[in-house]
Amino acid sequence: MKLSEHETKEIFSKYKIPIPRGELTNSPAQARETATQVEAPVAIKAQILVAGRGRAGGILFANSPKEAELSSKKLLGTEIRGLKVQSVLVEEKLSIRKELYFGITLDRSRRSYVAIASSEGGVEIEEIAATTPEKIIKVFVDPLYGFRSYHARQIVKKLGYTGKQMKELATIFFKLYRVAMDYDAELCEMNPLIETDEGKFVAADARLIIDDNALYRHPNFQRRLMERDGAELTPQELETRKKVLAYVKLDGNIGVIGNGAGLVMATLDTIQLYGGKPANFLDVGGGASSDKMAAALELVFSDSRVEVVFVNVLGGITRCDEVAKGVLEVKSRIGFVKPMVIRLVGTNEEEGRQILTEAGIQVLDSMEEAAERAVEIAKTGR
Amino acid sequence: MNISLGIFVDTHTRAIVQGITGAQGRFHTELMLNYATQIVAGVTPGKGGTQVHNVPVYDTVEEALQEHKADASVIFVPAPFAAEAAFEALDGGLKTLVIITEHIPVRDAVQVMARAKQQGAVVVGPNTPGIIAPGECKLGIMPAHVFRRGIVGIASRSGTLTYEIAWGLSTMGLGQSVCIGLGGDPVVGLSFADVLREFEGDEHTEAVVLIGEIGGNLEEQAAEFISTEGYAKPVVAFVAGRTAPSGRRMGHAGAIVMGRAGTAQSKIEAFKAAGVGVAEKPSDVAKMLTEMLKGKDIFGGAESET
Repeated sequence: MKLSEHETKEIFSKYKIPIPRGELTNSPAQARETATQVEAPVAIKAQILVAGRGRAGGILFANSPKEAELSSKKLLGTEIRGLKVQSVLVEEKLSIRKELYFGITLDRSRRSYVAIASSEGGVEIEEIAATTPEKIIKVFVDPLYGFRSYHARQIVKKLGYTGKQMKELATIFFKLYRVAMDYDAELCEMNPLIETDEGKFVAADARLIIDDNALYRHPNFQRRLMERDGAELTPQELETRKKVLAYVKLDGNIGVIGNGAGLVMATLDTIQLYGGKPANFLDVGGGASSDKMAAALELVFSDSRVEVVFVNVLGGITRCDEVAKGVLEVKSRIGFVKPMVIRLVGTNEEEGRQILTEAGIQVLDSMEEAAERAVEIAKTGR
Repeated sequence: MNISLGIFVDTHTRAIVQGITGAQGRFHTELMLNYATQIVAGVTPGKGGTQVHNVPVYDTVEEALQEHKADASVIFVPAPFAAEAAFEALDGGLKTLVIITEHIPVRDAVQVMARAKQQGAVVVGPNTPGIIAPGECKLGIMPAHVFRRGIVGIASRSGTLTYEIAWGLSTMGLGQSVCIGLGGDPVVGLSFADVLREFEGDEHTEAVVLIGEIGGNLEEQAAEFISTEGYAKPVVAFVAGRTAPSGRRMGHAGAIVMGRAGTAQSKIEAFKAAGVGVAEKPSDVAKMLTEMLKGKDIFGGAESET
């Protein structure tokens, strides 16, 4: 789950990590007031979850409260990369001596977290890594020992800071690690972390992505994720989340349902190989019941762009007869509103096949043959 | 039946099941027993003294291991408690852990892997269908009927895709020595390179199939391992997710493209550059292997089980 800048900064402030003075608002009048309080100039930042927000026009600057009102009016309600701006963060504009990068993230191949710092903040870390890799300092965190305050000091020294500034920065880094661990972060970063003209440090931008599998430890955010009205998820995706089916919307016209993430991905690839375009990824998971299968089918039928549905099931824990029953449930409830191609093999294959054949539905055994057939229907309507 | 020594597991493997009294644990214990796997004990805190399919259940791993000799644990414990179960098994001295549980927080997984490394143990998973040596031992939840005994070693990041490909191999007469599900999570205990090393030294494995997917760089690492160390056995790879959009998780927690990192294209190119055959469709794996193994005894001296 991606947290917004504002949500992340609220957490930072609990940990006494310095953040700019400012306030979240959805009203231009309030933006004006905040600009007066923190003394303009201010930055007005759209609270949307897209990368490259600045470049996409999501950050404006204002030199006076009046300008802050106008600029926030301009941002609120507009769409940036397809996402509606519902609130803005109005913050004091900082004087910048230097922009740094601090982050904690997961290194999958090392099976550990890694603390990353750079003196070249303000651009995405991938970009720093590509252009000036020598300016990146990394410390891999021993999972059983943790990131220690001296690790933070070692890193900060390498960035060239000494004395009081070194201690201040190291404390900020150490706190960032605490936030990352306490919130089960996949990524927690301050970019840029600004050194002001006065030599103070402030986290000007903040990002936190919580590991979805750990959300049960963070019930407030779990609730918030369910409530987010389409900021991150389409209506279909919200619907499937409630039913615990893994669904990702794509832009083609062949609906896909299968069991197992790898098999469904391979199904999408095969469709594309035969010149078709998948409309979605939908994994009903292992051991899907007929109810779950029916819910999946109804969901894909409800997508207006879908011209044909390809059900690809290789029964392992999933039983083919359950899948077949789910298909028939949908038939009796709403009918087959779209053509279907069904490939069904594996556990209880004969029973499943019999149930469907008796209902007049053809069942194929080869995934490739079925994919080819689905592509043909999508193209010709038959 | 010939008795061989497979990698990680074989007919001698004695396992306990943690979380044996839950629905999944109970169901799959029965299937593992039906496959003649030695499940010697179960552990569920609070259910000590009971039995599941005649397997005695204990409250702690310690008690189970006082009464029974075991080498491995299969873990079905729900995600919030799975890491604790893994630590308990590791501290009991078990050297092979198969963690079936899905949705374990990655912070927990990272600690389990570090502890396992300290203890010199191998972790299969988490979020894995498990490991099977066809005809010998099954520690996991895979449908046994798609596998047959033979000479192809499979390592995979996906469950059903493994069944799909194994089934394709089996129907063409290509059996398997061992099939290992590495797991679909971002942090798993075994890499493709680890398994390639094992298969290279395994006399029962004549060829290797790697089933990868988007996310992470296990495939690229494997390709690098093959090209720098050289590999004596033919390898065929399949990579799922060529059509996956960036930034979206495709079912598995680990299946995600981040910017330019973790794409199927990058993995396919790495494999090709290392001389690994890359299959376009799942069914091509069997065709390519049949071609590569022409002239070899594809039953590896074992009887056909059909």
